[in-house]
Amino acid sequence: MVRVDGSGNGASLVSVRGLDKKYQRGGEEIHVLQGLNLDVDKGDFVAFMGPSGSGKTTLLNLLGGLDVPSAGTISVAGDEITHMAGRKLTTWRARHVGFVFQMYNLIPVLTAYQNVELPLLLTKLSSAERKEHVETALHVVGLADRMDHYPRQLSGGQEQRVAIARAIVSDPTFLLCDEPTGDLDRRSADEIMALIGRLVNEFKKTVLMVTHDPAVAQRAQITLHLEKGVLVEGAKGGRSA
Amino acid sequence: MKFSSLILANLLRKKLRTALTIGSFAVALFLFGLLIVFQGAFSANADIAGTDRLVIQNKTSLIQPLPLSYRDRLLRIPGITQVTHDNWFGGVYQDKKNFFAQFAVDVDNQRQMYPEFVISDDQWKAFAGDREGAIAGAGLAKRFGWKIGDRIPIQGTIVPGAWEFNIHGIYTGKRPEDDTSQFWFHWDMFEERVPAEVKGLVGWYVVRIDNPDHGAEVARTIDQEFSNSPYETKTETEKAFATGFAKQMGNIEFLIMAIGSIVFFTLLLVTGNTMAIAVRERVGELAVLKALGYSDRFVLLMVLEESLVVALIGGGLGILLAKLFTMGGDPTHGFLPRFYLPLTGITAGIAAAIAVGIIAGLLPAISAMRLRVVDALRRV
Repeated sequence: MVRVDGSGNGASLVSVRGLDKKYQRGGEEIHVLQGLNLDVDKGDFVAFMGPSGSGKTTLLNLLGGLDVPSAGTISVAGDEITHMAGRKLTTWRARHVGFVFQMYNLIPVLTAYQNVELPLLLTKLSSAERKEHVETALHVVGLADRMDHYPRQLSGGQEQRVAIARAIVSDPTFLLCDEPTGDLDRRSADEIMALIGRLVNEFKKTVLMVTHDPAVAQRAQITLHLEKGVLVEGAKGGRSA
Repeated sequence: MKFSSLILANLLRKKLRTALTIGSFAVALFLFGLLIVFQGAFSANADIAGTDRLVIQNKTSLIQPLPLSYRDRLLRIPGITQVTHDNWFGGVYQDKKNFFAQFAVDVDNQRQMYPEFVISDDQWKAFAGDREGAIAGAGLAKRFGWKIGDRIPIQGTIVPGAWEFNIHGIYTGKRPEDDTSQFWFHWDMFEERVPAEVKGLVGWYVVRIDNPDHGAEVARTIDQEFSNSPYETKTETEKAFATGFAKQMGNIEFLIMAIGSIVFFTLLLVTGNTMAIAVRERVGELAVLKALGYSDRFVLLMVLEESLVVALIGGGLGILLAKLFTMGGDPTHGFLPRFYLPLTGITAGIAAAIAVGIIAGLLPAISAMRLRVVDALRRV
């Protein structure tokens, strides 16, 4: 269950308390997030919406350990990441977070297989074990027959599916999706959202997603709006809730 | 090893650029290899000079002679254990282009004075027993296809006339750097045919001393012995003599150092610029790697490794080409008898390539390491 009032009992998978983020831009201080609270349980599928500059991506970066907050705490599966830094935070990210970006961000000189294998190279898995994991992930996203293709040989939707395979291959604690359909046509977007929905429903993945598109947000169990630096609850999702 | 495909893929991203950078390294290291070879060739005699030998020449210049009578006086000087003398012949074999050093040598002392030149007793005995006999270095014999028993015609220049010599022996060097391009014949025969006004004169003396530490003192004594005479002497160690001889052609070492430094500095700029571009082009990819859990240190090392791989492939190729080039031997046919790339030169070349690879890759690697994921992803 998702809560934004700070009433969680600490047993949530993701627990955010009093999160602040300020930026300095041209001598001016911009207060993006202001005492934000959030609790997300395992298996939840949350969509974040809000106008440009409202801090959606900033929130996602903070949850993924890519950025540090000005104040407040973020705990994921009992680990308080706001106290982590450097190598420890990097290792935590490799173990717990699967990123899906708007522009796919695949490495163009690597094949689909090699792109998906990237997170596993940081583990102690053998080559044979890595192969098994990569093939499984590509099978889940429906691209087992495209594993030797380079990104330039794939459509946008296929590239994003490879990116999703890369995000799930190491079985992370949760997926952070930043506008995963922002660069896709409607049909490809529907396919990607169906895939993410399947990951939630079938594989019990926890997904936190930023989107501008209300139709995409409808796929989530709940949509949260970022307004004046805090989250407010929106409509429950249509299909997944 | 599991990351090698990532590094290889990055290097093959812009094949032409990588090939050109490797080519830059190859050309630079090829040139470096040749410079080492030339430096070695010019300083060869100084490097391998005997520490217990002194060379005595006419104080005016090397081309002015010294009296044969000095031999006995030299032997009386304390510290000198052996004396030999040589004359430069300067003859032409078939064509002026076929230059090689020919010496009229003191048959009784030459072999003992230069133990680094190896020849069998039988061959030396046959040489000593024939006034028209000659000994050729193995390199020289190979160059002209000479063998024992051949009769070699040489046209005299300093001492004009047609000369003929019988090859009785072929000497080799104990070390690879020993000069095996010389041609020796009897000083007695030379003395017979020189004009009357230059009879009883030798080109220079070489003496062996009992203690190399006393070299300077013995040299001073020798020069004092012959001071205020028509033939004053200049005595120095064999190494100093060889160095001075090489310096007649200019400060080769300085030239080589200067050219080498410029080549490597240029290479550093070219490679550094290439690596900086390569990193700038994939800021987004590096950020993604970091987002996936790759550490700052990994990114630093990955960029450095890419630079190193280019340096090692290019450098290795260049050094290999230099080695192959020098395996053909002295291209000047006699002026540079020690024309080869030694192992120390190969090692120095590879070390220099590694150093340039690391230095060139360091700044781009540090900037990649310091890259903030959030900032970099925003730029994508």
